[in-house]
Amino acid sequence: MITSAMGIWNYWIVFILMMIGLFIVIGRKNLLKKIVGLTIFQTSVFLLYITLGKITGGTAPILTENSSTIYSNPLPHVLILTAIVVGVATTALALALVVRINSIYGSIEEDDISAHDLIDYHDQNNTLKKSILQNSK
Amino acid sequence: MIDIFINNLPILIVTVPLMMSLFVVLVTNSYLSFLLTLATTFITFLIAILLYQEVQSYSSISYALGNWLPPLGIEYIIDHVSIIPIIIISGIGFLATLFAYKIMPSELSDSSISKTYGLWLLAISGLIGLVTTGDAFNLFVFLEISSLASVALVAMGAKQDRQALIAAYNYLIIGAVGATFYVIGVGLIYAITGTLNLADITSKLALMEDNRALIAGFGFMVVGIMVKAAVFPLHIWLPRAYAYAPSAVSILLAATATKASLYILARILFSVFLPSENIVSFTLTYIILPLSVFAMFGGTIMAIYEKDIKRLLAHSSIAQIGYITLAFSIGTKSSVAAGFIHMSNHALIKGGLFMAITSISYYIQKRVTIENLSGLGKAMPITFCCFIICSLSLAGLPLTAGFISKLYLIKSAISSEGLWLSFMILFSSALSLIYLWKMIETLWLSPLNKKDIKIKEKPVIYSSLLLITFLNIYFGLDASLIVNSSFNASNLLLGINK
Repeated sequence: MITSAMGIWNYWIVFILMMIGLFIVIGRKNLLKKIVGLTIFQTSVFLLYITLGKITGGTAPILTENSSTIYSNPLPHVLILTAIVVGVATTALALALVVRINSIYGSIEEDDISAHDLIDYHDQNNTLKKSILQNSK
Repeated sequence: MIDIFINNLPILIVTVPLMMSLFVVLVTNSYLSFLLTLATTFITFLIAILLYQEVQSYSSISYALGNWLPPLGIEYIIDHVSIIPIIIISGIGFLATLFAYKIMPSELSDSSISKTYGLWLLAISGLIGLVTTGDAFNLFVFLEISSLASVALVAMGAKQDRQALIAAYNYLIIGAVGATFYVIGVGLIYAITGTLNLADITSKLALMEDNRALIAGFGFMVVGIMVKAAVFPLHIWLPRAYAYAPSAVSILLAATATKASLYILARILFSVFLPSENIVSFTLTYIILPLSVFAMFGGTIMAIYEKDIKRLLAHSSIAQIGYITLAFSIGTKSSVAAGFIHMSNHALIKGGLFMAITSISYYIQKRVTIENLSGLGKAMPITFCCFIICSLSLAGLPLTAGFISKLYLIKSAISSEGLWLSFMILFSSALSLIYLWKMIETLWLSPLNKKDIKIKEKPVIYSSLLLITFLNIYFGLDASLIVNSSFNASNLLLGINK
């Protein structure tokens, strides 16, 4: 039981990281922490792919003269190289947005921001009501 | 020379806008960048039409990227199914660019216009790549190219309203989680089949029994795509993103972005996982069908209580996506065809409605809410007529494109699910008349504000609106083009067995 659980050790790590990441994305109200969560979530998927490619006793896929060498599957590594690039782009864009949000709202807490938006909304409605009143006069 | 061009059309349609987007960003003159974008989208549309003609004679074109033959290399597939979203995206892309000429400068600062056009082309190329590729991982890359470009486009609306930033942020986070779900699914499927080529996955799955990895992989892939397609409970990012994006961007995204993901959803459900029929039919009947019914009513009711017009249209988009997924979930040949018919008609309808609202906000220089619409129908008759025709088309009245899609949807619902479902469809379309009438009533019957009397409509704004409205009527009178290609698509997608 324990040995079989230990044999899939990497998958346990993947599973735990995935859940931690997704929880942070959903549960935290801080915009920056959400990005941290997203990165952890994506990293867990990278680990999943790398684990899939590993073969016990396999080495890097470089041709040797010994024909009986076992190679690990290189394809998942290549895929994850692409996925990492995509992940970096996502993080960069998200961070850029957070910088803009911070400079405009003065906060990166979701609650503060929605409070600001609510005030804006009421202000708009008040000016609207005033303009309608003026028109009707 | 021409041969090389013709043989490489399936990759050119992706790379032309991709390369031009890099070039357009470098152009500092905003007028020049507009012209380049217009030319690029026009060329893309021409290529799409050429591909359409080729598909009519060859039925399916497989293009091996870099001459690495599938299943090892990446394959691009153009067939009766994928040509429909390609035509929609490139066609609406061209019309929206034409429309954006005056709209973009009115909402964005001069220096950011060429950057916006660069992102615009990037989004179009990502969406077209999404539907042409036949490789599961390549699909993920295009999914992210298109959604990162759309997020940046939405964030451009921050000059008008700072909430655009929050909308873009939410869109980015939810979209990235959705895309990662899709990647997990692809990983699990790769673990059991050892291939990434979608057609090859199907043939490998046919050889094995249903197992847990397959079910989990299928679930992750479908949920990931459903997030991107804004299927009902996963739609939260959509209303805000469409409402606060720059108006021209709203037109492009509303008409094209979810359509590409819906096409991927159809392809995963009906073609990739064809061998594991039990799981697919379970998902269709017990998950997607109820969700679609909720979407139809939820979207419509949210739209009825909404005051901001762009947000109202976004809510109604959720209901319309519900009709499309409902058509898919019935799962017969005629219903899937109805789904594709509604997919193309909805692109025309929503494109037209968003264009009409955008022209109104261009003239009154304000965010369009229901109060601001008051009496504007008299000041701008042409825009108002187009708006009414598109609205009627959305509600599904005869002589408009919307009628054709409702007709086929209800016909297929009656023949396979019975009357209750068609009653639901009719009832929710009747409900949509409430919010449409609310807008038409304020536009026409309320008194006109004094300062709005001077408004004069400009041909440069309403020409593309007239064009898209004309298409709405044309496809209502002679629907054979859309209907035939949709039936070709569903015949190819569902194969011989149904």
